[in-house]
Amino acid sequence: MATLLETPTKSSQTLRRAPKVAWGSPMTYVIAFLFVGICIAPVLYIILGGFRTNAQITNSPSGLPSPWVIDNYVSVLVSDVFWRQVANSAVAGILTTAGVVALGLMVSFVLARYDFKLNGAMYSLFAAGLMFPMTVAITPLYILIRDLGLMNTVGGIVLPQIAFALPTTIIILVPFLRAIPKEIEEAASIDGAGRIGFFFRMVVPLSLPGVITVGILAFVASWNSYMLPLFILNDELSYTLPLGVQAFASQYSVDTARVLAFTSLSMIPALIFFSLFERRIVGGLTGAVKG
Amino acid sequence: MTQSLGENSATRTASPEGPTVVGGGVQTSSPAPRPRRGKRIDWRKTFEITVLSAPAIVVFLAFVIFPVFLAAYYGFFKWKGYGPPTEFVGLDNYLIIFRDSAFHEALLHNGYIVVLSLILQGPAAVALALLLNQKIRGRSIIRVLIFVPYVISEVIVGTGWSLMLQSAGAVNDLLEKIGLGFLAVDWLSDPKIALWSLMIIISWKYIGFAVILFLAGLQSIPEELSEAASIDGASYWQIQRTITLPLLGPTLRIWAFLSIIGSLQLFDLVYIIWGQYISATAGTSTMATYMVLNGRLAGNFGYGNAVAVVLFVISLVIALVYQRYVLRRDTEGALTEGKK
Repeated sequence: MATLLETPTKSSQTLRRAPKVAWGSPMTYVIAFLFVGICIAPVLYIILGGFRTNAQITNSPSGLPSPWVIDNYVSVLVSDVFWRQVANSAVAGILTTAGVVALGLMVSFVLARYDFKLNGAMYSLFAAGLMFPMTVAITPLYILIRDLGLMNTVGGIVLPQIAFALPTTIIILVPFLRAIPKEIEEAASIDGAGRIGFFFRMVVPLSLPGVITVGILAFVASWNSYMLPLFILNDELSYTLPLGVQAFASQYSVDTARVLAFTSLSMIPALIFFSLFERRIVGGLTGAVKG
Repeated sequence: MTQSLGENSATRTASPEGPTVVGGGVQTSSPAPRPRRGKRIDWRKTFEITVLSAPAIVVFLAFVIFPVFLAAYYGFFKWKGYGPPTEFVGLDNYLIIFRDSAFHEALLHNGYIVVLSLILQGPAAVALALLLNQKIRGRSIIRVLIFVPYVISEVIVGTGWSLMLQSAGAVNDLLEKIGLGFLAVDWLSDPKIALWSLMIIISWKYIGFAVILFLAGLQSIPEELSEAASIDGASYWQIQRTITLPLLGPTLRIWAFLSIIGSLQLFDLVYIIWGQYISATAGTSTMATYMVLNGRLAGNFGYGNAVAVVLFVISLVIALVYQRYVLRRDTEGALTEGKK
């Protein structure tokens, strides 16, 4: 939505005020710079800390690396533990994303383009899911997963993650699918495509922007997810990265530099994904919030 | 996306009764040319609806809705989590919760966190959004950077900040270096300060989200309004106060709602920074950490489920009251029909 709304205002602005607004007041930049600095400083502390030695960190906790050492990063990058956790997180993230997109797209298609009695009730049911954060459900969810025999399995975290991601997904996707013009569907039906054919041939490609938004959101949420794995994954072999970071931090609590290196490596994928699709996600979020 | 949303609003404005017409149009358009097949198409439609929506509904009911009912059931038992629960204790678990001073403290902390999050983040985020809404250079890179804390995981935030806030950590060292050594305190374990440290970390992590949300809200306010006002002689501050802020109202109210619910459910950061047992003595325990500590970790699953129910009811009541009295105008459609 941000992109959408920016474009028209920008053009009207350049037409009318272009000569006046070139740089803005310096105060604006000072405050913006300070704010960005505050947002970034702790992240830089983690990344730079990984390039220091423990002696450096003890002598001057807030100093810069001097000299820079890469041993910490190297030792993390050659360890099996780190890559196993990366793989576990990646598998959970990919399966969650695939599940959310598949189930979400199907049910959103029904909600957006089929007219039936329970349509409104179904939408409300999913929308109400926004009020059930995982924290509330975690204790019974743990029992349920255990009774299903899914402890320490990737399925045990993927299924609940899909379920809890569905409300946001549906709220973002339904408007996208509603926006596909009726004429396209009619044309497809004249060409002999049923509604299902229309779904696969027209809806899936046309809703790609929305799908990317919900996919990235689901992936990042799964990558960062902490509480559910904490309950479901007890076996170190099945740990995902967030649990791994915590286990590593307590196991090597004296080796601060290595903990910082491990921590900064674990945030890279989410950061990359996010900065690639920042506009889209922000737009999707805003659209969702506004209904 | 720009395009599809544009189409969306076009469809909306074109049809006087809003998006429902689009759904209705789908139905009438296919049977109309072939009235003979009406019956068959209905069956087929039911079949398609079932096949397409069943997986999502099943997963959603099983893992989101069902556990809440499960919790309500187990909450009436004294149960160690193995075998079927047999020792029915009625409302005992709930009586214990309401009499336990540790729970009262946790509830109080949640209350502080709810209020302080709104007070600390709200005004600052609005001010920053107004600032960044001006046409300044590098706005898009600024937007990416202020969103970074929101994107990285709670574990990373918790690990990083707890290292920085140690008594011999980077924050105290930095204060020492810039001559503010007298401000150096024991950020994490002093009960008088720990809650404020938590608030600093929470604000740092979530304010970027608020700013981005408000920025998007600001950009949807038509430029013409403030231009007209400024032609009529209104100052910058008058425009913000009388035009921008009221029009930002819906976004502000939604943000406050998300913030309140998030504050009530707070678990990850507290648990990661203060661990299982220290949060209570440091004065940062929340209802959720109380639930985990006294439920799963203590092996009292009946009790843990009862706490979950209490947490759920408190959140739900607050959410419903908020929706009823504050959000009513904004979400009337959004939560029922999916239209504005």
